[in-house]
Amino acid sequence: MMGSENQGFEEAHLYASKEEMENLVLDEPLNDNKSHSNYRSALSSLADTHHPLSPPVAATPADSDPLLAPPSYSDFGNPSIHDNSYLDPPSYADVTFSPFDGDTGNDINGIESPSKSSDNSGSLSRSPSSSSEYIKITVSNPQKEQETSNSLVPGGNTYVTYLITTRTNIPEFGASEFSVRRRFRDIVTLSDRLAESYRGYFVPPRPDKNVVESQVMQKQEFVEQRRVALEKYLRRLADHPVIRKSDELKVFLQVQGKLPLPTSTDVASRMLDGAAKLPKQLFGESAVAPHEIVQPAKGGRDLLRLFKELRQSMANDWGGSKPPVVEEDKEFLERKEKMHELEQQLSNASQQAESLVKAQQDMGETMGELGLAFIKLTKFENEEAMFNSQRVRAADMKGLATAAVKASRFYRELNAQTVKHLDTFHEYLGLMLSVNGAFSDRSSALLTVQTLISELDSLHSRAEKLESASSKIFGGDKSRIHKLEELKETIRVTEDAKNVAIREYERIKENNRSELERLDAERKSDFLNMLKGFVLNQVGYAEKIANVWTKVAEETSGYVRESS
Amino acid sequence: MITVRSVSGSSQSPRSPSSQPFLSVSVTDPVKLGNGVQAYISYRVITKTNFPEYQGPEKIVIRRYSDFVWLRDRLFEKYKGIFIPPLPEKSAVEKFRFSAEFIEMRRQALDIFVNRIASHQELQQSEDLRTFLQADEEMMERLRSHETGIFKKKPADLMQIFKDVQSRVSDVVLGKEKPVEESNPEYEKLKNYVFELENHLAEAQKHAYRLVKRHRELGQSLSDFGKAAKLLGACEGNALGKAFSELGAKSETLSIKLQKEAHQLLMSFEEPLKDYVRAVQSIKATIAERANAFRQQCELAETIKLKEINLDKLMLTRSDKVGEAEIEYKELKAASEEATNRFETIVRLMNEEIVRFQEQKTVDMGIAFHEFAKGQARLANGIADAWRSLLPKLEVCSS
Repeated sequence: MMGSENQGFEEAHLYASKEEMENLVLDEPLNDNKSHSNYRSALSSLADTHHPLSPPVAATPADSDPLLAPPSYSDFGNPSIHDNSYLDPPSYADVTFSPFDGDTGNDINGIESPSKSSDNSGSLSRSPSSSSEYIKITVSNPQKEQETSNSLVPGGNTYVTYLITTRTNIPEFGASEFSVRRRFRDIVTLSDRLAESYRGYFVPPRPDKNVVESQVMQKQEFVEQRRVALEKYLRRLADHPVIRKSDELKVFLQVQGKLPLPTSTDVASRMLDGAAKLPKQLFGESAVAPHEIVQPAKGGRDLLRLFKELRQSMANDWGGSKPPVVEEDKEFLERKEKMHELEQQLSNASQQAESLVKAQQDMGETMGELGLAFIKLTKFENEEAMFNSQRVRAADMKGLATAAVKASRFYRELNAQTVKHLDTFHEYLGLMLSVNGAFSDRSSALLTVQTLISELDSLHSRAEKLESASSKIFGGDKSRIHKLEELKETIRVTEDAKNVAIREYERIKENNRSELERLDAERKSDFLNMLKGFVLNQVGYAEKIANVWTKVAEETSGYVRESS
Repeated sequence: MITVRSVSGSSQSPRSPSSQPFLSVSVTDPVKLGNGVQAYISYRVITKTNFPEYQGPEKIVIRRYSDFVWLRDRLFEKYKGIFIPPLPEKSAVEKFRFSAEFIEMRRQALDIFVNRIASHQELQQSEDLRTFLQADEEMMERLRSHETGIFKKKPADLMQIFKDVQSRVSDVVLGKEKPVEESNPEYEKLKNYVFELENHLAEAQKHAYRLVKRHRELGQSLSDFGKAAKLLGACEGNALGKAFSELGAKSETLSIKLQKEAHQLLMSFEEPLKDYVRAVQSIKATIAERANAFRQQCELAETIKLKEINLDKLMLTRSDKVGEAEIEYKELKAASEEATNRFETIVRLMNEEIVRFQEQKTVDMGIAFHEFAKGQARLANGIADAWRSLLPKLEVCSS
């Protein structure tokens, strides 16, 4: 994910330059070799507090609501910058320019995602149904554990578990704080069960299994990456107004010990299962049980149903006969088209956002390097000075170097914030996956309905043929009558299944609709917040940078002649 | 654009009445001439002066890069000890040679070059300068092509050859293995300073150049981002779409500002730094000249000693070669005096030059820093203003 990559990158460079800076001692032009503890201690606080994703030092939840503060960025015009210290107090930037903080209690409305600002802002902030409800989930403390029994390999399999801590005030949980240990496999199970239960909803996609990466990456790095991904995923689940109340999630978050959800078995056994059923279905006339209708054929074990639906979809595609029920909801089709378009534009915007971030990063870096080069020059000229003009020049250079170093720091801070803001693009791209999933839930439900209707048609016509054939024989044909009875029974069952399927389809349609509405509203809110945050940031830091350079321009204004 | 307009002598009164001597030059109007491989850029060189040695108050000639090189080489030959102002390099990359940016950079550098010469107390009196500023194009071409062989090389290379040849010769003659060097601790310090300074400056210049690139890259990415935002805006529609479209438009505006600033940065900051580096390299060439002169002086001194001994010997033996030897001895003595003079002139000039150089550089850098800071402040303010103007529009979209 963009955020975490940048984090590592930021750190490395931050520390590299910090080392470099600390190795150079700046001489004050007027005094000889005054101690530079100001500079050096300020530098170390720089390294500590400006970890891009670390919590701010001075901000406390109560008084640092940034969205109440936006007008104050203009205060930056006033020099609160002391002449002696090279760096501003760190708290400035964080208080005013981070509309979302790190893992502090600040985001009590729950979920740490760039789009959610604290609730008391008065501006567009999304909250689930009741504004006082929250679920806060943290994933931490990865630990290696061993598979206990039933392993053929001596020594056993090891796997990693994560501590999942939940804080909530939702009454259905029955407790306000609790923890469980889960492994990645449990997440897969949770995700699969949710997909089944919440067809038609925009169910957030779970993190990938990353099999290759788990072999290639350093174990620690991989575990950390996974921890972050898990946390994001669970928070997204808690963010969803319907899913957060689900039994599956509750069970996952609360029940100690082994996860009591039916696991998804592997494909092979599924196939075997299905294969075992097939002969029975081929030779008997058993119809699909209604309760199984509510699951898509492809996911299930019912091979025969799979074949039938496949045949139906081909018939639909090749347009021989018009399918009995079509997707006639024009509005839906338009929405679907728009979602597709949106996905493309989001992807594009997301890419460009990444390049923008990289360009800002590079700018900050190079500016810093320039500053360092001039610091070295200053030191050199001062040490080797044979003329006063050199000392004057050294002083000028120092002013420039200081400004460059400051500006560099501002660029990096700006970038750290920009990353968080523009991450909204990534978030929504991820969401598009859920949307596609929900739409395909609808398609497969529709296919099921169509298949059943076709089947009913053919069953009815068979029954008709049987009836007309047996009516020709006076007194009836015992075997034919028997067959007819069986057929009529099958028709009844299939009719029931069809009705269930139609109800399911309608339900999914309604889920789609309400989710789309929710998506539209939330998207608007999230993106507007993102834009505001992004723009505010740019303004604030640009002003800071302008101040720094204006000062240098003033200090060197004596050199300018009339010809300029 | 800041240029070094000259005022001759020590007084600084740019709007002087005609009684004050002045020599003012500008290099302008680059024009591409010729075809294909033979193509080159010509410049207009406009001279305004009241120096009596000049033909008139104003003269315009057409010059090309190699003419400037000729002038520099001649000055380097004649004014040993003086730091000859540096020339911009010959560009190696073919396709870059005629880009607007390169041409402008070069023109600016050439303008500064001539003006530095014109404002230098000694150099401005040079006859070669007069020729350069006044001769017609044909004569210039003749003079230019007359300088063949070793004079076509850069002074540094030139000196290197001399150094190698002479040091080998003198080693043989004197039976020594190491070339002779001054044992002047202050001068040693200066030499070390110069060599180290070049390294520091080169690094600063490198980063300055990179910074220019970064500005361009940021500008490009803002442009791309703006386009993407606009597309997204079109897709979204309604208030959100409008917000994205506005953002995109602003982003594209800022992209233009960044490209502009990148150019400014190049011309007003990076180029002066590069010029500084070249100036230091010119000093190195002068250092080599001085070493040369010193060696010559030492050699001649040694040779004279040997000749004295020889002469005495001949006198004692009443050889008929005495007359010849005496003449030789006198000639050598004269040459030795000359060599000593040359060397001492160089030392004297260098001492003056180094003071002037340091002062000049402080001014040059002061101006460059000022322009840099001004540009960065201007850019940052422009960015702040542009984004700020977007905020009320975003508010409207939210409500």
